[in-house]
Amino acid sequence: MRDDHSLKQRGPEESPGIAFIGRVGSLTLSVLQEIGGLVWMLKETGAEIIDRFHQKRAPLRLEDFSFQCNRAGVESIPMIILLSVFLGLTMALLTGYQLRIFGIVTLVPAVVSVSFTREMGPLFTGIVLASRVGAAYTAELGSMTAGGEVNAIEGMGIGALRYLVTPRLLAIFCLTPCLSVIAVISGICGAAFISSLLLQISYGYFYDQVMTNLLVKDMLSGIVKSLFFGFIIGSLSCYKGLSMRGGAVGVGNATTASVVASICAVIACDSVCNVFLITFFP
Amino acid sequence: MSAHPTSLVRMKGVTLQFDAKVVLNGVDLSLEPQEALVIMGLSGCGKSTLLSILLGLLVPNSGTVYFQDKDLMNLSRRELNEVRKHIGMVYQNAALLSSLSIGENVGLPLRELTNKTASEIHSVISEKLELVGLLDAKEKLPSELSGGMQKRAGLARALALNPELVLFDEPSTGLDPINSGLIHDLIIKLREEHHVTSIIVTHEMESAFLLATRMAFLDGGKIILEGKPDDFRDSAIPVIQEFLSSYTKHEPKKE
Repeated sequence: MRDDHSLKQRGPEESPGIAFIGRVGSLTLSVLQEIGGLVWMLKETGAEIIDRFHQKRAPLRLEDFSFQCNRAGVESIPMIILLSVFLGLTMALLTGYQLRIFGIVTLVPAVVSVSFTREMGPLFTGIVLASRVGAAYTAELGSMTAGGEVNAIEGMGIGALRYLVTPRLLAIFCLTPCLSVIAVISGICGAAFISSLLLQISYGYFYDQVMTNLLVKDMLSGIVKSLFFGFIIGSLSCYKGLSMRGGAVGVGNATTASVVASICAVIACDSVCNVFLITFFP
Repeated sequence: MSAHPTSLVRMKGVTLQFDAKVVLNGVDLSLEPQEALVIMGLSGCGKSTLLSILLGLLVPNSGTVYFQDKDLMNLSRRELNEVRKHIGMVYQNAALLSSLSIGENVGLPLRELTNKTASEIHSVISEKLELVGLLDAKEKLPSELSGGMQKRAGLARALALNPELVLFDEPSTGLDPINSGLIHDLIIKLREEHHVTSIIVTHEMESAFLLATRMAFLDGGKIILEGKPDDFRDSAIPVIQEFLSSYTKHEPKKE
């Protein structure tokens, strides 16, 4: 009898299968809750924007939008340029040394420009913005939530989601493609520089090859992906900030979670977009 | 509990629970225009929660809440935001937007909710800051002000839209006697000169007797006593007596 009882008590702990299923279930539940919360935030923000239109009032002030554009976009440009130049430089160098073995080093401009335009530029921009801007959004909104500022805005009847989320989300959504284009140009410039220096490819030849091989389709796919990335980073970081719990530690945890979730979501979205684009627009 | 048709606020059977914890358990309350109702109770008894319900920030599990005969539980988001324009709230921690200056904080509801021009907004900001004695602090950030000054700035923001009702959450808690007195004077001035109705949540008996035209005591999720300040002085309810005794111990002796 005693043995039966102790078995019953220890049973679930001793069964790794059940424990694993329990963990998977719990994880799935928390992911679904997060997705539900995110969708709810976007729905409510949209509804508050529509309410403003009904009241014949602008959903956001141009000054707030410009301020957020400056923070998210303009202030990110130096970092994006610097890192993209180095990334383009490295890509050209490594590709060139591999292609040199086969005697086709002249393909470097085509390979680098196409891969940077379609893939590396937008993805790299997304990751940089998730770390730089997404983290800032989460920390800022998290601090406001912890300090009762978000409740105060809501209590005044201003509509906290519209007031806080709209300018941030719109700014990053609009500016990610712009930053992505800057990243692509910078990366290609870096590649051209190192190709000229170490691979004996002239700037003129590099330029001609880029113009010949780069298609509008490649540029559009990069821009469309960037729009998705901007939306994902903006909405996830705002949601994480507004849903944080528990003071300074909570803000730190929310910021970490926001960056991790944004980078994962951006990479996952990139893969889905690539599959879609390759399948339907080969 | 009489719910008069002209009441500014009427709460009936308001119940709220978070998971298994029942915070409010059938609260009935009404407030007439130009009254100053002080709600007292022990820390964590649900006083501030009651204000959040009144502001529509929390939805009770059951019961009705009326403001100017509008049922807050059945309003759309837009209608609720419209109601909120008529209610000002002074938060316990002031809850000023830390990235905006004091002037911008006071101007925020005007800028977002009215069609006033920039010069009109500036004049209202100056008027409200002058009322609370903070005109010089217009360009300062909240972090540059003391706790008492922040609360006064919070009051100026709450008054920006000239609300019919102002809710005060622990207006003088944690302040030195001078700042505490300044806040009390402002609340009395608002009632007497500007005819503002107010609900003041506090656990400080001194503030309560000074500010109240009527008082209510919240305990165990219910209003256990409601009446004039004198009713409280004469109350035989143990928890209220304990409250009173802590006050009278420190009450200055009058000759």
